[in-house]
Amino acid sequence: MNEPQRACPGDWVEVERMILDPSQRSKNLPPETAAKPLMMWVKGFALSDGALGEEMTVETMTGRTVAGTLSAINPGYFHTFGKPIPELAHVGRDLRARLTAFRAQGGAR
Amino acid sequence: MITRFDEIMGRRGEIMRGALGMDYSRFERSPIAFDYEAMMSDHGYSLDDIVAIQTTAGVGNTPLLELRNITDLVRSISEAGKGARIFVKDEAANLAGAFKDRRASVSIHVAKEKGYDGVIAATSGNYGAAVASQAARYGLKCIICQETFDSRHIGQPEIVEKARVCEAYGAEVVQMTVGPELFFHMLELLDQTGYFAASLYSSFGVSGIETLGLEISREMRALTGADPTACVITHAGGGNTTGTARGLQRAGATTTQIVSASVDLSGLHMASDTDFNRKSFTTGHTGFGVPFATWPDRADVPRNAARPLRYIDRYLTVTQGEVFYVTEAMAKLEGLERGPAGNTAMAAAMSLAREMPRAATVVVQETEYTGAGKHHWAQLNFAREMGVEVRCGDPADNKPGTVIVIPERPEQLQAKDFDLLRMRKSYVRNAVKAAPADYVPTAADVAFLAADTNTDAATVEAMLAELREA
Repeated sequence: MNEPQRACPGDWVEVERMILDPSQRSKNLPPETAAKPLMMWVKGFALSDGALGEEMTVETMTGRTVAGTLSAINPGYFHTFGKPIPELAHVGRDLRARLTAFRAQGGAR
Repeated sequence: MITRFDEIMGRRGEIMRGALGMDYSRFERSPIAFDYEAMMSDHGYSLDDIVAIQTTAGVGNTPLLELRNITDLVRSISEAGKGARIFVKDEAANLAGAFKDRRASVSIHVAKEKGYDGVIAATSGNYGAAVASQAARYGLKCIICQETFDSRHIGQPEIVEKARVCEAYGAEVVQMTVGPELFFHMLELLDQTGYFAASLYSSFGVSGIETLGLEISREMRALTGADPTACVITHAGGGNTTGTARGLQRAGATTTQIVSASVDLSGLHMASDTDFNRKSFTTGHTGFGVPFATWPDRADVPRNAARPLRYIDRYLTVTQGEVFYVTEAMAKLEGLERGPAGNTAMAAAMSLAREMPRAATVVVQETEYTGAGKHHWAQLNFAREMGVEVRCGDPADNKPGTVIVIPERPEQLQAKDFDLLRMRKSYVRNAVKAAPADYVPTAADVAFLAADTNTDAATVEAMLAELREA
Protein backbone atom coordinates (compact mmCIF):
# COMPACT_ATOMS: atom_id res chain seq x y z
CA MET A 1 0.00 0.00 0.00
CA ASN A 2 1.35 3.42 -0.91
CA GLU A 3 1.92 5.88 1.91
CA PRO A 4 -0.04 9.12 1.50
CA GLN A 5 2.06 12.00 0.15
CA ARG A 6 -0.36 14.80 1.08
CA ALA A 7 -1.91 15.79 4.38
CA CYS A 8 -5.32 17.36 4.85
CA PRO A 9 -6.29 19.79 7.61
CA GLY A 10 -6.79 17.84 10.85
CA ASP A 11 -4.45 14.99 9.91
CA TRP A 12 -1.92 13.88 12.56
CA VAL A 13 1.49 14.77 11.11
CA GLU A 14 5.09 15.61 11.97
CA VAL A 15 6.98 18.75 10.99
CA GLU A 16 10.73 19.35 10.95
CA ARG A 17 12.35 22.67 11.79
CA MET A 18 15.87 23.97 12.17
CA ILE A 19 16.30 25.49 15.65
CA LEU A 20 19.87 26.78 15.24
CA ASP A 21 22.10 26.83 12.17
CA PRO A 22 25.75 25.92 12.81
CA SER A 23 26.79 29.59 13.19
CA GLN A 24 24.21 30.13 15.96
CA ARG A 25 25.14 27.09 18.02
CA SER A 26 26.71 27.00 21.46
CA LYS A 27 30.48 27.39 21.62
CA ASN A 28 32.59 24.51 23.00
CA LEU A 29 30.88 21.80 20.96
CA PRO A 30 32.95 18.99 19.50
CA PRO A 31 33.60 19.78 15.80
CA GLU A 32 31.38 16.97 14.47
CA THR A 33 28.41 18.45 16.36
CA ALA A 34 29.27 22.13 15.73
CA ALA A 35 29.24 21.54 11.96
CA LYS A 36 25.59 20.40 12.00
CA PRO A 37 22.42 22.43 12.51
CA LEU A 38 20.30 21.76 15.60
CA MET A 39 17.13 20.15 14.21
CA MET A 40 13.73 19.58 15.81
CA TRP A 41 10.71 17.40 15.05
CA VAL A 42 7.27 17.68 16.62
CA LYS A 43 3.87 16.12 15.90
CA GLY A 44 0.51 17.83 15.70
CA PHE A 45 -2.71 18.30 13.74
CA ALA A 46 -2.20 19.83 10.28
CA LEU A 47 -3.75 23.28 9.95
CA SER A 48 -3.68 23.25 6.14
CA ASP A 49 -3.25 21.03 3.07
CA GLY A 50 0.29 20.16 2.13
CA ALA A 51 2.63 17.65 0.56
CA LEU A 52 5.65 16.04 2.20
CA GLY A 53 8.54 18.53 2.07
CA GLU A 54 6.25 21.58 1.95
CA GLU A 55 5.92 24.22 4.64
CA MET A 56 3.08 23.61 7.04
CA THR A 57 1.81 24.77 10.44
CA VAL A 58 0.55 22.27 12.99
CA GLU A 59 -1.28 22.53 16.29
CA THR A 60 0.50 20.34 18.85
CA MET A 61 -1.09 18.37 21.72
CA THR A 62 -0.61 21.36 24.05
CA GLY A 63 -2.24 23.75 21.56
CA ARG A 64 0.96 25.43 20.36
CA THR A 65 1.24 26.27 16.68
CA VAL A 66 4.55 25.24 15.14
CA ALA A 67 5.62 25.92 11.55
CA GLY A 68 8.01 23.59 9.74
CA THR A 69 8.49 21.28 6.82
CA LEU A 70 6.01 18.40 6.61
CA SER A 71 8.22 15.37 7.38
CA ALA A 72 5.71 12.56 8.03
CA ILE A 73 1.98 11.85 7.83
CA ASN A 74 0.49 9.74 10.63
CA PRO A 75 4.00 8.82 11.84
CA GLY A 76 4.33 5.40 13.48
CA TYR A 77 6.71 3.63 15.84
CA PHE A 78 8.83 0.88 14.41
CA HIS A 79 11.43 0.21 17.10
CA THR A 80 11.69 -3.46 18.05
CA PHE A 81 13.48 -5.97 20.26
CA GLY A 82 15.32 -7.34 17.24
CA LYS A 83 16.83 -10.78 16.97
CA PRO A 84 18.10 -12.68 20.01
CA ILE A 85 21.73 -11.91 20.78
CA PRO A 86 23.84 -15.05 20.16
CA GLU A 87 26.44 -13.90 22.73
CA LEU A 88 23.70 -14.00 25.41
CA ALA A 89 22.07 -17.25 24.33
CA HIS A 90 24.18 -19.37 26.71
CA VAL A 91 23.56 -17.29 29.82
CA GLY A 92 20.29 -18.80 31.04
CA ARG A 93 21.30 -22.40 30.39
CA ASP A 94 24.76 -22.06 31.96
CA LEU A 95 23.69 -20.16 35.04
CA ARG A 96 20.79 -22.51 35.80
CA ALA A 97 23.18 -25.46 35.52
CA ARG A 98 25.65 -23.80 37.91
CA LEU A 99 22.89 -23.13 40.41
CA THR A 100 21.70 -26.73 40.29
CA ALA A 101 25.24 -28.04 40.79
CA PHE A 102 25.93 -25.64 43.67
CA ARG A 103 22.75 -26.61 45.48
CA ALA A 104 23.36 -30.32 44.87
CA GLN A 105 26.72 -29.97 46.68
CA GLY A 106 24.94 -28.35 49.61
CA GLY A 107 26.61 -24.99 48.95
CA ALA A 108 23.42 -23.05 49.50
CA ARG A 109 23.21 -24.09 53.16
CA MET B 1 25.42 40.94 17.28
CA ILE B 2 23.14 39.44 19.93
CA THR B 3 21.82 36.12 18.62
CA ARG B 4 18.55 34.49 19.61
CA PHE B 5 20.64 31.98 21.56
CA ASP B 6 22.44 34.75 23.52
CA GLU B 7 19.18 36.63 24.14
CA ILE B 8 17.40 33.62 25.66
CA MET B 9 20.43 32.42 27.62
CA GLY B 10 20.87 35.97 28.97
CA ARG B 11 17.34 35.81 30.39
CA ARG B 12 17.89 32.32 31.79
CA GLY B 13 17.62 33.38 35.46
CA GLU B 14 14.42 35.36 34.94
CA ILE B 15 12.74 32.62 32.87
CA MET B 16 13.63 29.88 35.35
CA ARG B 17 12.46 31.97 38.34
CA GLY B 18 9.02 32.25 36.79
CA ALA B 19 8.97 28.63 35.72
CA LEU B 20 10.10 27.12 39.03
CA GLY B 21 7.80 29.16 41.24
CA MET B 22 10.65 29.43 43.75
CA ASP B 23 13.22 32.15 44.46
CA TYR B 24 16.54 30.40 45.01
CA SER B 25 18.36 33.63 45.93
CA ARG B 26 16.87 33.37 49.43
CA PHE B 27 19.09 30.38 50.17
CA GLU B 28 22.37 31.89 48.99
CA ARG B 29 24.82 32.63 51.80
CA SER B 30 28.00 33.56 49.89
CA PRO B 31 29.49 33.15 46.40
CA ILE B 32 30.19 29.53 47.44
CA ALA B 33 27.74 28.48 50.15
CA PHE B 34 23.97 28.14 50.29
CA ASP B 35 21.56 26.70 52.84
CA TYR B 36 20.86 23.26 51.37
CA GLU B 37 18.49 22.02 54.06
CA ALA B 38 16.46 25.26 53.97
CA MET B 39 16.08 24.81 50.20
CA MET B 40 15.07 21.16 50.60
CA SER B 41 12.37 21.89 53.18
CA ASP B 42 11.09 25.11 51.60
CA HIS B 43 8.18 23.32 49.88
CA GLY B 44 6.72 22.71 53.33
CA TYR B 45 5.79 19.04 52.75
CA SER B 46 6.63 16.54 55.46
CA LEU B 47 7.66 13.04 54.47
CA ASP B 48 4.14 11.90 55.42
CA ASP B 49 2.67 14.57 53.11
CA ILE B 50 4.83 13.23 50.27
CA VAL B 51 3.74 9.65 50.97
CA ALA B 52 0.11 10.86 50.79
CA ILE B 53 0.72 12.73 47.50
CA GLN B 54 2.33 9.63 46.01
CA THR B 55 -0.39 7.28 47.23
CA THR B 56 -2.97 9.46 45.45
CA ALA B 57 -0.72 9.55 42.39
CA GLY B 58 -0.47 5.74 42.20
CA VAL B 59 3.24 5.81 43.00
CA GLY B 60 5.39 3.96 45.55
CA ASN B 61 4.97 0.91 47.76
CA THR B 62 6.64 -1.26 45.15
CA PRO B 63 7.55 -4.88 46.00
CA LEU B 64 10.88 -5.61 47.67
CA LEU B 65 11.96 -9.02 46.38
CA GLU B 66 14.67 -11.32 47.67
CA LEU B 67 16.71 -12.74 44.77
CA ARG B 68 17.49 -16.20 46.11
CA ASN B 69 18.80 -17.57 42.82
CA ILE B 70 21.08 -14.61 42.12
CA THR B 71 22.30 -14.80 45.74
CA ASP B 72 23.16 -18.51 45.38
CA LEU B 73 24.84 -17.84 42.05
CA VAL B 74 27.04 -15.24 43.76
CA ARG B 75 27.74 -17.65 46.63
CA SER B 76 28.74 -20.33 44.13
CA ILE B 77 31.63 -18.10 43.00
CA SER B 78 32.53 -16.59 46.41
CA GLU B 79 35.01 -17.67 49.07
CA ALA B 80 33.57 -19.80 51.88
CA GLY B 81 31.30 -17.76 54.13
CA LYS B 82 30.98 -14.95 51.61
CA GLY B 83 28.04 -13.87 49.43
CA ALA B 84 25.54 -11.40 50.89
CA ARG B 85 21.79 -11.81 50.41
CA ILE B 86 20.62 -9.68 47.46
CA PHE B 87 17.26 -7.92 47.30
CA VAL B 88 15.72 -5.66 44.70
CA LYS B 89 13.09 -2.96 44.94
CA ASP B 90 10.95 -3.53 41.85
CA GLU B 91 10.40 0.11 40.92
CA ALA B 92 9.17 -0.96 37.48
CA ALA B 93 5.87 -1.56 39.30
CA ASN B 94 5.30 2.21 39.52
CA LEU B 95 2.64 3.74 37.30
CA ALA B 96 4.92 4.73 34.41
CA GLY B 97 7.49 2.02 35.09
CA ALA B 98 10.35 3.56 37.05
CA PHE B 99 11.42 5.27 40.29
CA LYS B 100 11.20 8.52 38.31
CA ASP B 101 7.46 8.44 39.05
CA ARG B 102 8.32 9.36 42.65
CA ARG B 103 10.15 12.42 41.40
CA ALA B 104 7.47 13.47 38.92
CA SER B 105 4.56 12.95 41.31
CA VAL B 106 5.76 15.69 43.68
CA SER B 107 6.78 18.11 40.90
CA ILE B 108 3.44 17.81 39.12
CA HIS B 109 1.53 18.11 42.39
CA VAL B 110 3.38 21.40 43.05
CA ALA B 111 2.69 22.63 39.49
CA LYS B 112 -1.02 22.00 39.98
CA GLU B 113 -1.07 23.65 43.44
CA LYS B 114 0.70 26.71 42.10
CA GLY B 115 -1.83 27.06 39.29
CA TYR B 116 0.32 26.38 36.22
CA ASP B 117 -1.49 25.23 33.04
CA GLY B 118 1.24 22.86 32.00
CA VAL B 119 4.69 21.45 32.66
CA ILE B 120 7.90 21.12 30.65
CA ALA B 121 10.81 18.79 31.26
CA ALA B 122 14.01 18.21 29.31
CA THR B 123 14.69 14.47 29.50
CA SER B 124 15.32 11.59 27.15
CA GLY B 125 14.59 8.96 29.75
CA ASN B 126 12.10 7.48 32.20
CA TYR B 127 11.52 10.88 33.80
CA GLY B 128 9.70 12.02 30.65
CA ALA B 129 7.27 9.11 30.88
CA ALA B 130 6.77 9.82 34.58
CA VAL B 131 6.06 13.52 34.03
CA ALA B 132 3.73 12.78 31.11
CA SER B 133 1.84 10.16 33.13
CA GLN B 134 1.43 12.37 36.20
CA ALA B 135 0.49 15.40 34.06
CA ALA B 136 -2.25 13.29 32.46
CA ARG B 137 -3.62 12.38 35.91
CA TYR B 138 -3.53 15.99 37.12
CA GLY B 139 -5.06 17.35 33.88
CA LEU B 140 -1.99 19.45 33.03
CA LYS B 141 -0.53 19.98 29.58
CA CYS B 142 2.92 18.53 29.11
CA ILE B 143 5.89 19.12 26.82
CA ILE B 144 8.88 16.77 26.91
CA CYS B 145 12.10 17.92 25.19
CA GLN B 146 14.30 15.02 24.10
CA GLU B 147 17.73 14.64 22.56
CA THR B 148 16.68 11.79 20.24
CA PHE B 149 18.57 11.71 16.95
CA ASP B 150 22.04 12.08 15.51
CA SER B 151 22.41 14.41 12.51
CA ARG B 152 21.41 11.55 10.18
CA HIS B 153 18.03 11.38 11.96
CA ILE B 154 18.86 7.97 13.43
CA GLY B 155 17.18 7.65 16.81
CA GLN B 156 18.50 5.86 19.89
CA PRO B 157 15.93 3.02 20.25
CA GLU B 158 15.48 3.54 23.98
CA ILE B 159 14.75 7.25 23.46
CA VAL B 160 12.43 6.57 20.51
CA GLU B 161 10.48 4.23 22.79
CA LYS B 162 10.37 6.94 25.46
CA ALA B 163 8.91 9.38 22.92
CA ARG B 164 6.24 6.82 22.10
CA VAL B 165 5.24 6.34 25.71
CA CYS B 166 5.18 10.09 26.41
CA GLU B 167 2.91 10.57 23.40
CA ALA B 168 0.77 7.67 24.62
CA TYR B 169 0.24 9.68 27.84
CA GLY B 170 -0.80 12.73 25.80
CA ALA B 171 2.41 14.73 25.98
CA GLU B 172 3.82 16.87 23.18
CA VAL B 173 7.29 15.50 22.49
CA VAL B 174 9.85 17.86 21.00
CA GLN B 175 12.59 15.69 19.50
CA MET B 176 15.96 17.17 18.73
CA THR B 177 19.38 16.31 17.38
CA VAL B 178 22.44 16.04 19.64
CA GLY B 179 23.53 19.08 21.58
CA PRO B 180 23.35 20.83 24.94
CA GLU B 181 21.21 23.57 23.33
CA LEU B 182 18.25 21.35 24.21
CA PHE B 183 18.26 23.47 27.36
CA PHE B 184 18.10 26.66 25.27
CA HIS B 185 15.04 25.43 23.41
CA MET B 186 13.41 24.35 26.68
CA LEU B 187 13.91 27.92 27.95
CA GLU B 188 12.29 29.25 24.74
CA LEU B 189 9.31 26.96 25.33
CA LEU B 190 9.02 27.95 29.02
CA ASP B 191 9.13 31.61 27.96
CA GLN B 192 6.50 31.04 25.29
CA THR B 193 4.05 28.93 27.33
CA GLY B 194 4.51 30.11 30.95
CA TYR B 195 4.51 26.43 32.01
CA PHE B 196 6.15 24.98 35.13
CA ALA B 197 9.71 23.68 34.76
CA ALA B 198 9.49 20.13 36.13
CA SER B 199 13.25 19.99 36.60
CA LEU B 200 14.85 16.70 37.56
CA TYR B 201 16.99 18.66 39.97
CA SER B 202 14.44 20.69 41.95
CA SER B 203 13.87 20.04 45.64
CA PHE B 204 10.36 18.80 44.74
CA GLY B 205 11.64 15.96 42.58
CA VAL B 206 14.48 14.90 44.86
CA SER B 207 12.20 14.99 47.95
CA GLY B 208 9.93 12.58 46.10
CA ILE B 209 12.70 9.95 46.04
CA GLU B 210 13.11 10.03 49.83
CA THR B 211 10.10 7.71 50.17
CA LEU B 212 12.11 5.03 48.36
CA GLY B 213 14.77 5.04 51.09
CA LEU B 214 12.05 5.08 53.73
CA GLU B 215 10.29 2.04 52.23
CA ILE B 216 13.56 0.10 51.90
CA SER B 217 14.39 0.58 55.57
CA ARG B 218 10.90 -0.39 56.75
CA GLU B 219 10.64 -3.41 54.46
CA MET B 220 14.13 -4.72 55.25
CA ARG B 221 13.46 -4.41 58.98
CA ALA B 222 10.28 -6.41 58.51
CA LEU B 223 11.94 -9.05 56.33
CA THR B 224 15.35 -9.43 57.97
CA GLY B 225 15.09 -7.58 61.27
CA ALA B 226 17.64 -4.96 60.28
CA ASP B 227 18.42 -2.17 57.83
CA PRO B 228 20.38 -3.28 54.76
CA THR B 229 24.15 -3.49 55.08
CA ALA B 230 24.48 -1.75 51.72
CA CYS B 231 22.13 -0.05 49.29
CA VAL B 232 23.32 0.00 45.68
CA ILE B 233 21.97 2.82 43.53
CA THR B 234 22.18 3.32 39.77
CA HIS B 235 23.79 6.73 39.49
CA ALA B 236 23.42 9.34 36.74
CA GLY B 237 22.57 12.95 37.62
CA GLY B 238 22.72 12.15 41.34
CA GLY B 239 19.06 12.54 42.31
CA ASN B 240 18.56 8.83 42.82
CA THR B 241 21.54 8.60 45.18
CA THR B 242 20.65 11.81 47.03
CA GLY B 243 16.95 11.08 47.50
CA THR B 244 17.38 7.42 48.47
CA ALA B 245 20.18 8.19 50.92
CA ARG B 246 18.18 11.01 52.52
CA GLY B 247 15.18 8.72 52.87
CA LEU B 248 17.30 6.02 54.51
CA GLN B 249 18.71 8.59 56.93
CA ARG B 250 15.25 9.89 57.77
CA ALA B 251 14.14 6.33 58.47
CA GLY B 252 17.07 5.98 60.89
CA ALA B 253 19.08 3.62 58.66
CA THR B 254 22.32 5.35 59.54
CA THR B 255 24.56 2.30 59.21
CA THR B 256 23.57 1.41 55.64
CA GLN B 257 26.46 1.89 53.24
CA ILE B 258 25.49 4.06 50.23
CA VAL B 259 27.01 2.59 47.09
CA SER B 260 26.44 4.37 43.78
CA ALA B 261 27.03 2.56 40.50
CA SER B 262 27.40 3.78 36.91
CA VAL B 263 28.14 2.19 33.57
CA ASP B 264 31.62 3.21 32.49
CA LEU B 265 31.34 5.30 29.32
CA SER B 266 34.80 6.84 29.56
CA GLY B 267 36.17 8.06 26.24
CA LEU B 268 32.78 8.99 24.78
CA HIS B 269 31.83 12.68 24.52
CA MET B 270 28.29 13.44 25.67
CA ALA B 271 27.81 16.26 23.11
CA SER B 272 29.30 14.35 20.17
CA ASP B 273 27.07 13.72 17.18
CA THR B 274 29.07 10.60 16.30
CA ASP B 275 29.41 9.17 19.83
CA PHE B 276 25.70 9.68 20.55
CA ASN B 277 24.49 6.44 19.00
CA ARG B 278 27.51 4.41 20.15
CA LYS B 279 26.86 4.78 23.88
CA SER B 280 24.40 1.85 24.19
CA PHE B 281 23.21 3.42 27.46
CA THR B 282 21.14 6.57 27.72
CA THR B 283 21.43 6.96 31.48
CA GLY B 284 23.03 5.48 34.58
CA HIS B 285 26.45 6.14 33.09
CA THR B 286 29.61 8.01 34.05
CA GLY B 287 28.95 10.63 31.33
CA PHE B 288 26.34 12.08 33.68
CA GLY B 289 27.51 10.55 36.95
CA VAL B 290 30.95 12.15 37.16
CA PRO B 291 30.29 15.70 35.86
CA PHE B 292 27.09 16.11 37.88
CA ALA B 293 28.64 14.82 41.11
CA THR B 294 31.69 17.04 40.73
CA TRP B 295 29.65 20.10 39.77
CA PRO B 296 25.94 19.66 40.59
CA ASP B 297 25.08 23.29 39.88
CA ARG B 298 25.61 22.78 36.15
CA ALA B 299 21.92 21.70 36.18
CA ASP B 300 18.90 23.67 34.92
CA VAL B 301 18.09 25.05 38.39
CA PRO B 302 20.22 27.68 40.20
CA ARG B 303 21.03 25.20 42.98
CA ASN B 304 20.79 21.47 42.38
CA ALA B 305 18.92 19.46 45.02
CA ALA B 306 20.85 16.36 43.88
CA ARG B 307 24.20 16.58 45.70
CA PRO B 308 25.42 12.96 45.76
CA LEU B 309 28.87 13.57 47.25
CA ARG B 310 27.09 14.39 50.52
CA TYR B 311 25.94 10.79 50.74
CA ILE B 312 28.07 8.39 48.64
CA ASP B 313 30.27 6.01 50.63
CA ARG B 314 31.55 4.15 47.58
CA TYR B 315 31.24 4.71 43.80
CA LEU B 316 31.50 1.64 41.57
CA THR B 317 31.64 1.43 37.81
CA VAL B 318 30.69 -1.55 35.67
CA THR B 319 31.09 -2.21 31.96
CA GLN B 320 28.33 -2.19 29.34
CA GLY B 321 28.79 -5.92 28.69
CA GLU B 322 28.48 -6.77 32.40
CA VAL B 323 25.15 -4.93 32.66
CA PHE B 324 23.72 -6.65 29.58
CA TYR B 325 24.87 -10.03 30.92
CA VAL B 326 23.26 -9.39 34.31
CA THR B 327 20.06 -8.16 32.64
CA GLU B 328 19.83 -11.48 30.80
CA ALA B 329 20.63 -13.36 34.04
CA MET B 330 17.88 -11.51 35.96
CA ALA B 331 15.29 -12.64 33.41
CA LYS B 332 16.52 -16.24 33.24
CA LEU B 333 17.14 -16.81 36.97
CA GLU B 334 14.63 -14.56 38.69
CA GLY B 335 11.81 -14.14 36.19
CA LEU B 336 12.41 -10.40 36.21
CA GLU B 337 12.73 -9.02 32.70
CA ARG B 338 13.59 -5.39 33.23
CA GLY B 339 15.29 -2.50 31.42
CA PRO B 340 19.09 -2.62 31.17
CA ALA B 341 19.95 0.84 32.55
CA GLY B 342 18.15 0.07 35.81
CA ASN B 343 20.24 -3.09 36.19
CA THR B 344 23.49 -1.14 36.40
CA ALA B 345 23.31 -1.30 40.20
CA MET B 346 22.47 -5.02 40.00
CA ALA B 347 25.73 -5.74 38.15
CA ALA B 348 27.65 -3.77 40.78
CA ALA B 349 25.72 -5.48 43.61
CA MET B 350 26.64 -8.99 42.41
CA SER B 351 30.30 -8.00 42.45
CA LEU B 352 29.96 -6.28 45.85
CA ALA B 353 28.03 -9.15 47.48
CA ARG B 354 30.94 -11.52 46.74
CA GLU B 355 33.14 -9.51 49.12
CA MET B 356 30.58 -9.46 51.92
CA PRO B 357 29.69 -12.12 54.54
CA ARG B 358 26.61 -14.29 54.01
CA ALA B 359 24.82 -12.61 56.90
CA ALA B 360 25.08 -9.21 55.16
CA THR B 361 22.30 -7.81 52.95
CA VAL B 362 22.47 -5.76 49.78
CA VAL B 363 19.47 -3.90 48.38
CA VAL B 364 19.44 -2.84 44.74
CA GLN B 365 16.98 0.01 44.97
CA GLU B 366 15.40 0.07 41.52
CA THR B 367 14.36 -1.68 38.37
CA GLU B 368 12.80 -0.02 35.32
CA TYR B 369 10.27 -1.26 32.77
CA THR B 370 11.39 -2.86 29.54
CA GLY B 371 9.86 -2.97 26.07
CA ALA B 372 10.62 -2.63 22.38
CA GLY B 373 13.70 -0.43 21.95
CA LYS B 374 14.23 -0.25 25.69
CA HIS B 375 15.71 -3.69 26.04
CA HIS B 376 19.20 -5.15 26.15
CA TRP B 377 18.68 -7.06 22.90
CA ALA B 378 17.50 -3.88 21.14
CA GLN B 379 20.54 -2.01 22.45
CA LEU B 380 22.98 -4.70 21.35
CA ASN B 381 21.42 -5.08 17.90
CA PHE B 382 21.54 -1.30 17.51
CA ALA B 383 25.16 -1.17 18.71
CA ARG B 384 26.11 -3.63 15.95
CA GLU B 385 24.26 -1.54 13.36
CA MET B 386 26.27 1.48 14.53
CA GLY B 387 29.53 -0.39 13.99
CA VAL B 388 30.24 -1.38 17.59
CA GLU B 389 31.67 -4.88 17.94
CA VAL B 390 29.77 -7.23 20.28
CA ARG B 391 31.55 -10.37 21.46
CA CYS B 392 32.02 -12.73 24.40
CA GLY B 393 35.18 -12.48 26.45
CA ASP B 394 36.77 -10.76 29.41
CA PRO B 395 34.78 -7.63 30.37
CA ALA B 396 38.08 -5.91 31.14
CA ASP B 397 38.46 -5.63 27.33
CA ASN B 398 35.18 -3.68 26.99
CA LYS B 399 35.80 -0.31 25.26
CA PRO B 400 32.81 2.08 25.16
CA GLY B 401 31.81 2.96 21.60
CA THR B 402 34.16 0.36 20.09
CA VAL B 403 33.56 -3.06 21.62
CA ILE B 404 31.01 -4.43 24.06
CA VAL B 405 32.35 -7.56 25.73
CA ILE B 406 29.76 -9.92 27.22
CA PRO B 407 31.25 -11.95 30.11
CA GLU B 408 31.57 -15.70 29.55
CA ARG B 409 31.27 -16.57 33.24
CA PRO B 410 29.85 -14.85 36.35
CA GLU B 411 33.34 -14.92 37.96
CA GLN B 412 34.28 -12.22 35.47
CA LEU B 413 31.84 -9.69 36.96
CA GLN B 414 34.10 -7.20 38.67
CA ALA B 415 32.96 -3.69 39.55
CA LYS B 416 35.71 -1.09 39.84
CA ASP B 417 36.04 1.53 42.56
CA PHE B 418 36.03 5.10 41.30
CA ASP B 419 38.30 7.40 43.29
CA LEU B 420 35.92 9.40 45.51
CA LEU B 421 38.67 11.64 46.86
CA ARG B 422 39.44 12.73 43.32
CA MET B 423 35.77 13.56 42.78
CA ARG B 424 35.61 15.54 46.03
CA LYS B 425 38.70 17.54 45.05
CA SER B 426 37.22 18.18 41.65
CA TYR B 427 33.99 19.41 43.25
CA VAL B 428 35.86 21.84 45.53
CA ARG B 429 37.86 23.13 42.55
CA ASN B 430 34.64 23.75 40.60
CA ALA B 431 32.96 25.49 43.55
CA VAL B 432 35.92 27.86 43.95
CA LYS B 433 36.03 28.45 40.18
CA ALA B 434 32.34 29.46 40.17
CA ALA B 435 33.05 32.26 42.70
CA PRO B 436 34.66 35.59 41.68
CA ALA B 437 38.42 35.26 41.10
CA ASP B 438 39.39 37.39 44.11
CA TYR B 439 36.94 35.77 46.53
CA VAL B 440 38.53 34.21 49.61
CA PRO B 441 36.52 31.32 51.12
CA THR B 442 35.40 31.97 54.71
CA ALA B 443 35.12 29.49 57.58
CA ALA B 444 31.39 29.18 56.75
CA ASP B 445 32.30 28.29 53.14
CA VAL B 446 34.71 25.63 54.38
CA ALA B 447 31.96 24.17 56.58
CA PHE B 448 29.58 24.16 53.58
CA LEU B 449 32.14 22.47 51.31
CA ALA B 450 32.85 19.88 54.01
CA ALA B 451 29.13 19.05 54.23
CA ASP B 452 28.75 19.04 50.45
CA THR B 453 31.65 16.58 50.06
CA ASN B 454 30.98 14.54 53.22
CA THR B 455 34.44 15.36 54.57
CA ASP B 456 35.64 17.68 57.35
CA ALA B 457 37.00 21.21 57.58
CA ALA B 458 40.63 20.06 57.72
CA THR B 459 40.25 18.03 54.52
CA VAL B 460 38.64 20.96 52.70
CA GLU B 461 41.34 23.36 53.99
CA ALA B 462 43.99 20.99 52.59
CA MET B 463 42.20 20.86 49.22
CA LEU B 464 41.98 24.66 49.12
CA ALA B 465 45.68 24.97 49.95
CA GLU B 466 46.48 22.55 47.12
CA LEU B 467 44.40 24.69 44.73
CA ARG B 468 46.20 27.88 45.81
CA GLU B 469 49.57 26.26 45.11
CA ALA B 470 48.45 25.03 41.68
